[in-house]
Amino acid sequence: MLETNKPINQNDLVVMEGIYKSFPGVQALENVNFTLKPGEIHALVGENGAGKSTLIKVMTGVERQDQGTVFLEGKEVFIKSPLHAQTMGISTVYQEVNLCDYLTVAENILLGREPRKAGRIDWKGMFQRAEQVLREMDIEIDVTQPLGSYSTAIQQVTAIARALEVSNARVIILDEPTSSLDAHGTEQIFRVMEKLKKSGAGIIFITHFIDQVYSVSDRITVLRNGKLVGTFETATLTRMELIAKMIGRSLADYDDMTAIKLETRKNIKEEALLSTDDLGLSGAIEPFDIELHAGEVVGVAGLLGSGRTEMAKLIFGIDQPDSGVITMEGQQVEEHSPLNAIELGVALCPEDRKAEGIADELTVRENIILALQAHQGWFKYLSPPKQYEIAEKYIQLLNITTPSADQPVKNLSGGNQQKVILARWLATNPKLLILDEPTRGIDVGAKAEIQKLVLLLAEEGKSCLFISSELDEVLRTSHRIVVMRDKKKITEYTGELREGEIMKAIGGSE
Amino acid sequence: MAQRFKTFLISNGPLLTTILIFIIVYIVGGQLYPAMQKSQVFFNLFINNASLLIISIGLTLVIIAKGIDLSVAGMIALTSAASAALLQTGMSAYVVIPLMLLMGIVIGFVMGWIIHYFKVQPFIVTLMGLWFARGMAYIITLTSLTINDDVYRHLALTKLYLADKAYVYIPTLIGPVLLLITFYIMKYTRLGRTVYAVGNNEESARLMGLPVGRTKLIVYSFGGFCSALGGIVFSINLLSGYGGYAPGMELDAIASVVIGGTLLTGGVGNVIGTLFGVLINGTIVTILQFNGTLSSWWTRIMVGALTLIFIGIQSLFYMRQKHS
Repeated sequence: MLETNKPINQNDLVVMEGIYKSFPGVQALENVNFTLKPGEIHALVGENGAGKSTLIKVMTGVERQDQGTVFLEGKEVFIKSPLHAQTMGISTVYQEVNLCDYLTVAENILLGREPRKAGRIDWKGMFQRAEQVLREMDIEIDVTQPLGSYSTAIQQVTAIARALEVSNARVIILDEPTSSLDAHGTEQIFRVMEKLKKSGAGIIFITHFIDQVYSVSDRITVLRNGKLVGTFETATLTRMELIAKMIGRSLADYDDMTAIKLETRKNIKEEALLSTDDLGLSGAIEPFDIELHAGEVVGVAGLLGSGRTEMAKLIFGIDQPDSGVITMEGQQVEEHSPLNAIELGVALCPEDRKAEGIADELTVRENIILALQAHQGWFKYLSPPKQYEIAEKYIQLLNITTPSADQPVKNLSGGNQQKVILARWLATNPKLLILDEPTRGIDVGAKAEIQKLVLLLAEEGKSCLFISSELDEVLRTSHRIVVMRDKKKITEYTGELREGEIMKAIGGSE
Repeated sequence: MAQRFKTFLISNGPLLTTILIFIIVYIVGGQLYPAMQKSQVFFNLFINNASLLIISIGLTLVIIAKGIDLSVAGMIALTSAASAALLQTGMSAYVVIPLMLLMGIVIGFVMGWIIHYFKVQPFIVTLMGLWFARGMAYIITLTSLTINDDVYRHLALTKLYLADKAYVYIPTLIGPVLLLITFYIMKYTRLGRTVYAVGNNEESARLMGLPVGRTKLIVYSFGGFCSALGGIVFSINLLSGYGGYAPGMELDAIASVVIGGTLLTGGVGNVIGTLFGVLINGTIVTILQFNGTLSSWWTRIMVGALTLIFIGIQSLFYMRQKHS
């Protein structure tokens, strides 16, 4: 039954070939190949929605691929569940450690395979064994203490130790292990990774920190929009090239948008609709100034974790700033709350539409009128005919593909769901629309449509703050671009937008 | 050494607090009513609370596994009524007792099975268990049935003399023996440690490759076993069976377990603590009996207040441990 064009290298730990996986409304993986060699640290990078986690889920049996084959040490395997993956030597260590924090470190490492004497647990032997395992990774701690009393880094090391000790893991997947760690914790994890590598294990390292990719990895696989961009030797790929591959750029169908953009540029109002002065929140984003004008699309570019979303949250009042002021139409904003922001005519389409935006079980109509109804107050009830009128208007205006306004939103594709959210906020007739990753996880056609829509909204005199991890898209849609890096506003670009320059600003100069 | 001692205090804090409170309450009682200083009064705590101790041990395991068992007192009533009815038919006690224990295990197993495989809240399932058990007990008999069986009478009336002319009865010893066995299981077997892991975080335990379902079934079956054993001891003490016995005793049991330092949120606990929880409960009752003028309902109020205080201490304690 095995049909492969090229023979599988028996030495490779994991080979994934032609993996396809789709979820309703989105092609999460499309013909992705991936190879993990023994004794390497392989970084898996890509922006949100690139398909990293789906690929890992396929590898660890959380999801089954629609097409494609997985080979483990040269043999084709069907991974049924995470537990099954573990027994085959594939272990994942998540950022949120899946261990028991009330139990001792030793138990967490050895439970299920603890040393026993005459049928009873040999506690002394267990503590010694656990200490020994950790010492091999250069970690010296009191293993008799509950796991919960240690730092996240130590907990992750404990999880790695368990993977090695109980499951004899050969493949270790570290999913964003360092994102909640300080420098010291990161250093600890890196040391452990180097040790594992020397012992011949294969390590997949998922991260969005470019620096860390370069400090530990041997090879890098880049995914974008569910497709494989390529696998590269870390030593031969420059930082700039890597970022270019992650965020992607293409000059195709650039002209169409450029024309609209030139057209709409004339309508941009002189005075600012909203401006911030030293607005900041320590730990989240450093103080920044920004001016948003009616009729203008301002793009926000930057990598994940650069402070893009934090900026949106501050302006919309979800987070309370600890410095600076917001001025809306010449008036200083006194109260920082989403309620007040809506009152002033600001709307926010959040980044994670599943978790924060869409009410899955409700119909298209109910979703559209949700914000308007809240805006009007619950006592001024919108009559059903009025509701249908509004819903129909936006279904037509935004070209939402749905059999009827009474369709539950969960049955719609990702792009159409996104449009429903957009419609919800447009219904309140906002002056400023903040779009956080409005095209994430939706297909290319729908993306282009939404981008165009954003420009048309600007033409109508609305001000848009357009946040996206795809530089290509930001370039196409925005009149002006703000670049974020390391939780800081780095610079702004107007007029002729040059992607090379912007990319350099995003990645930090070398 | 000092460091060792400090860690010992921290990791056994709740247990030591419980023991300390027991000693304080008992000394205060002894000062108020010098008669309480007699050793027989102390042993009476074990005699009077024999059933409570047994069901609380079972309940401790269930709560450590992040469950709850409300059926315990109902099971006492059912066991007493059923065994009394069977003994009246002339059946041998040596058949009745194993049969009752088996019934307890089966009911516990079924509840555990429903909880685990149908993902129903333990609270709901065991509440149904409580109603089922009490209902069945009343169906067996609407009135109190006396037990005249020789074996039961022998067990009920034989005094075992300990030091200082103080005595206990044979069934009194069942609780402490069960306690030692359970302590060993929880500390030194894989099953015991898995119970802690499951209660701590069921999903993690599953991902760690531990047999979550099997462990939960064993825990609830053990809970049912303890309830039935408690019921047998209860009916030996009273030499009768009735559906109305042990009203609300499930709440005394829960209070004892919590006062003993077991976290209602699962994953942490100790049967030794439960023993002292039961003893504190018993001591408060004793003090009120010696007083004689206060309403016996003060017991409930005191135990309720203590439970609340303990839950408060626990959250503070574990919050601090998390942050350190």
